[in-house]
Amino acid sequence: MNLTTQELAHLKSKIKREPTNTELQIVAAEWSEHCSYKSSKKHLKMLPMNGPLVISEKGFDSGVLDVGDGYVVTVHIESHNHPSAVEPYGGAATGVGGVIRDILSTGTRPIAILDGLRFGNIEKDPQARWLFKNAVVGIADYGNCLGVPTIGGEVEFDDSYTNYALVDVAAIGFGKKDRLIKNHAKKDDVVVLLGGSTGRDGIGGSQFASDLLESEDRSAIQIPDPFIEKLIIEAILEARDHKLIKAMKDLGGGGLSCAISEIADSLSIGIELDVNSVHTREQDMNIDEIMISESQERMLIITDKTKLKKLEKICKKFRIKCSVIGKVTSNQIMLVKKGARIFAKLPTSVVVNAPLLDRLSTTPKYLQKIQNEKKFKPTKDLSIILLKMLSSPNLADKNWVYGQFDHEVGIRTVVKPGHDASVLRLDNGKFLAVKIDGNPKQCYLNPRDGAIGCFEEACRNVVCTGARPIGMVDHLQFGNPEDPEIFWTFLESLKGLTDFAKYFKIPCVGGKVSFYNETSKGPIKPSPLIGVLGLIEKKPLQPRIISKNDLVLLIGNTKNELGGSEYFEYIYNFVGGRCPIVDFKTSKMNMNAVLELIEKNLIKVAHDCSKGGIAIAISELCMQNKIGCYIGMEKIPAEKLSEDRSLFSESHSRYLLVIKRKNLKKIQSFLERKVITYAIIGKFVGDQILFQKNSRPIIKLSVDMARQTWMKSLGELVLHG
Amino acid sequence: MKINVKVGIIVFPGSNCDRDMFHVLTDVFNLDAQFFWHEKNLPSGIDAVVLPGGFSYGDRLRAGIIAAHSPIIKDVKKLANKGIPILGVCNGFQILVESGLLPGALLKNNSLSFICKWINLIVENNITPFTNKLKLHQKIPIPVANGEGRYYADDSTLKKLKKNNQIVFRYSTVVNGSLFRIAGICNEDANVVGMMPHPERATESVINPTDSKPSSLIFESLLSCIGA
Repeated sequence: MNLTTQELAHLKSKIKREPTNTELQIVAAEWSEHCSYKSSKKHLKMLPMNGPLVISEKGFDSGVLDVGDGYVVTVHIESHNHPSAVEPYGGAATGVGGVIRDILSTGTRPIAILDGLRFGNIEKDPQARWLFKNAVVGIADYGNCLGVPTIGGEVEFDDSYTNYALVDVAAIGFGKKDRLIKNHAKKDDVVVLLGGSTGRDGIGGSQFASDLLESEDRSAIQIPDPFIEKLIIEAILEARDHKLIKAMKDLGGGGLSCAISEIADSLSIGIELDVNSVHTREQDMNIDEIMISESQERMLIITDKTKLKKLEKICKKFRIKCSVIGKVTSNQIMLVKKGARIFAKLPTSVVVNAPLLDRLSTTPKYLQKIQNEKKFKPTKDLSIILLKMLSSPNLADKNWVYGQFDHEVGIRTVVKPGHDASVLRLDNGKFLAVKIDGNPKQCYLNPRDGAIGCFEEACRNVVCTGARPIGMVDHLQFGNPEDPEIFWTFLESLKGLTDFAKYFKIPCVGGKVSFYNETSKGPIKPSPLIGVLGLIEKKPLQPRIISKNDLVLLIGNTKNELGGSEYFEYIYNFVGGRCPIVDFKTSKMNMNAVLELIEKNLIKVAHDCSKGGIAIAISELCMQNKIGCYIGMEKIPAEKLSEDRSLFSESHSRYLLVIKRKNLKKIQSFLERKVITYAIIGKFVGDQILFQKNSRPIIKLSVDMARQTWMKSLGELVLHG
Repeated sequence: MKINVKVGIIVFPGSNCDRDMFHVLTDVFNLDAQFFWHEKNLPSGIDAVVLPGGFSYGDRLRAGIIAAHSPIIKDVKKLANKGIPILGVCNGFQILVESGLLPGALLKNNSLSFICKWINLIVENNITPFTNKLKLHQKIPIPVANGEGRYYADDSTLKKLKKNNQIVFRYSTVVNGSLFRIAGICNEDANVVGMMPHPERATESVINPTDSKPSSLIFESLLSCIGA
């Protein structure tokens, strides 16, 4: 991987000479798509990034939100797709490690991990199964060892990820506002590299991630060591408490090259560094390897000379290495030496400012036809269809995954994985709800409305716990941006997210763009992933046990929106149709109504209606509570639809509320006052999942059988094929 | 005012439930808890010792074995011999076993994977410093979170455990293939208790989905045996 001809010319014009080999390596790492965002940077500015709770300061590697009483929550999201597709265990594990260090670098303690995982068809493809299984274990082994709970996430399978993997990891941090690292430095401060040694693993990792995955370049993949990461976390937090850190940055993509140039540029300083001082894993590493190695578990710290002794003492306590590798200068130059010999001397502003690109964008041809629907033969027995859907890898319960994650450590997890959003308690008596959502099947049919749908779904999940959304992070994953059709899908998704964020005043506090996600069969489907954080001032709506005769109230309208639905894709193997579209005004009305009802303490359970539609959402409540239901389908507020369509439509802005009969009148008068579309569609009773239409049975399925299938099918599939 | 019961929480490199245990001991039960780094000494005035969960030394070689050779373990042994209550939770239990303070071994779960879930314990011995407030055969809803939590001992050890009433907790159903569904044991003098499940994760109702009272009794037992 090298610079393009134009980029090389640009570099020469900036430095007015031929670059040295080391300089070329440094610049190539920093100007990779992965580090420079050269295709996306111009466009990302459209997202709203400020809000009343957002604290933004120079050099923060994660989003910071003020949650009151002197506390902050931090959040960041990253992916590790290319490495995970080659070596799923190490790729996924180091993905966790990297995002955790971003949280740490702001001076906050990591308190939770969420992961979004996407693979090919695990029912048919043993390779997909192998990738899935090992990525899950990689995340488990890393997060569990750190003692950071993995509290939620999502898993999806789709043919567009055949022989590939999307591994997205979001991390949450928590800390005191006055202990945030206020990145600053002055001349003659010392630059310290702390943690793991620098080796030959992960050489050129960021360029590897910025190209099509054609060869299994194993040397580009990093090796995980969660034990060292755990020691680094404790050492750094101790150093933070003693005010020994002036500025800090994680070593991620591009290794030392990027960390040094980016921290220097953001603080308007220069850094002079001697690679002889870098502690290495192997003896004969050359200067370029040291500069671009992406060995894990390393942090860069700038501290005052007088505080170095104390910092070294803390590192000694935890037996982690800490090397003084350089010093701060005032000339805004990145100077790389080996002993007395100079190998690179570059203005930091040149290194960090890759020439940005204007990528072409055109509407993809495939979109013209894909909205058309086939006529399906009406399904005879919808009970069998429901059971089949409950066993599908996308809809089956994910306990095989989250059962391997320590989701309790840290004793903050109030709402555990397996529910709508996970909820953490904070030290100021408030609660934080978090959820990540993606939906590439819908985004493929309609990149704009699909992306908005992911955003709304994550909001709905958070709202179901009683939380008001306060911030979002996005991870935009697409194929090759040099293809104008792919670039168009990226722009459409981004515009959609921007519109929704602005309408709902939810600031984007962090994100990432990942291009070049392609398999041998072509690009992945557009895969934006949205994480939403919500704050609960008083108390969360914790899942309560549903009892006999509790009523089911459905908020929202069910439309003929089955494009990208599990029903079309899993049952009929049909890709196409109308993707669900969020109506912003209705969305806001429904969201606020649900929140108010929860705050008034009138709701027992709130559950989002999404993948698999009403049929799946209601079945989930029945299976979790081991109780049957009776639903009158004629009561569902809907367009004129066939039974199967109203059961499995994935229209947005819908919520299932479980309420006690005695609260019915209050709730009804509230919803009518607010002009919300809703209906009481049935009640919980018996031991069968029963859907009827004008007394004619449409679905009748034993809860017990449904539960067995739903709970066990994913684990069985992974273990026995 | 803290209750004047001094509990030492031992911290090894890689311990990760030390802060959770500290929170429960101090904020929930109002005890005077203090951290001790593995290279330090334990003062003689200490009333009880807790070895918390985590991944000491990253579980390298075998869970708990490297930590069992830490300098502080000598002091733990001294206190154990004096009859001071000592509780090892999860990795703490593994360390107690590896240091010889408790018999048997903890092997990889029979699923070969990490298991994190809420289960029920059954109290089998309610005369230890950590169970005296519990009823015999009382159920405790509590989470497990481990990869190497399957208790194993040879036949003669198991016989001895049964005969001496050293089995403190059993799982109500099969969780990980533990011998005789053993979840926790004690030494012959019953002052050293090791358990795989995490009582510190179950004593507060906000994070306990069923009932936090039984787990609280584990800590209240300690309080009643030294605090009173």
